[in-house]
Amino acid sequence: MADAIKIRAQVQGEITDIRILMQHPMETGQRKDEKGDAVPVNFIQTFSVLHNGKLLIDGQLNTSISKNPLFAFKARGIKAGDKLTVAWNDSAGDKRQDEISVP
Amino acid sequence: MNELRRKLLQGSTAALFAPWIGAGLLVPRRVIAAEWNRAAFTARNVNEALKAWGAANAAESRDIVINAPEIAENGAKVEIDITSQIPASRSIAIFVDRNPMPLCAAITFSGGALPYCRAQLKLAESTRIRAVVKAGDGKTYVAFREIKVTLGGCGG
Repeated sequence: MADAIKIRAQVQGEITDIRILMQHPMETGQRKDEKGDAVPVNFIQTFSVLHNGKLLIDGQLNTSISKNPLFAFKARGIKAGDKLTVAWNDSAGDKRQDEISVP
Repeated sequence: MNELRRKLLQGSTAALFAPWIGAGLLVPRRVIAAEWNRAAFTARNVNEALKAWGAANAAESRDIVINAPEIAENGAKVEIDITSQIPASRSIAIFVDRNPMPLCAAITFSGGALPYCRAQLKLAESTRIRAVVKAGDGKTYVAFREIKVTLGGCGG
């Protein structure tokens, strides 16, 4: 099971800052391990951010996104108590979904 | 977005299409998401990637602002942020000219999301990066930035 997605939301009046940290090795397929064997490619291909179940952000990624990548977004109309859900799917078929209540 | 396709992805007609799922024709997903654009993401040079993304004729715009370091010491994690002031911006795509596969990320905005994103990229070497914005009128716009990389980020 993949590690939890860290989701932070900070309501600043009308606009909310959303920060998302997805813990994932984001292997390019070009890296070699200690034994010199190629580490197979494995990266987050798609992710989405939902606000109270409605799509806010749809992301498609490539191997060239950093390991354990941080993303930040901004949105209007988010209030304390709202739900933010983040889900990703990687190229190896693994997935992860986490949710927070906006503080 | 196609309503039927949404319903299919939501699984409300899952029973009806169950045989297709078994045959690998439909892949169930937990959330609504666009298909990964394989042609654009696996393109090996920036012109092919732009073409596959439908942005071969993007007009240069000063209304796209890219914040990025001039010099990145470690290409494994280079943080950039992009803001679009183009009305009705629908998506932002990030291209790195000199990466083996130039298209890094494509972010599409819905609901109350503002056309802004911060992301962390791997850069193979010193390169030009491009932010491509698709607007509501179907037009595409692009902005450029040069980043010098001291240590490349592809070997991990």
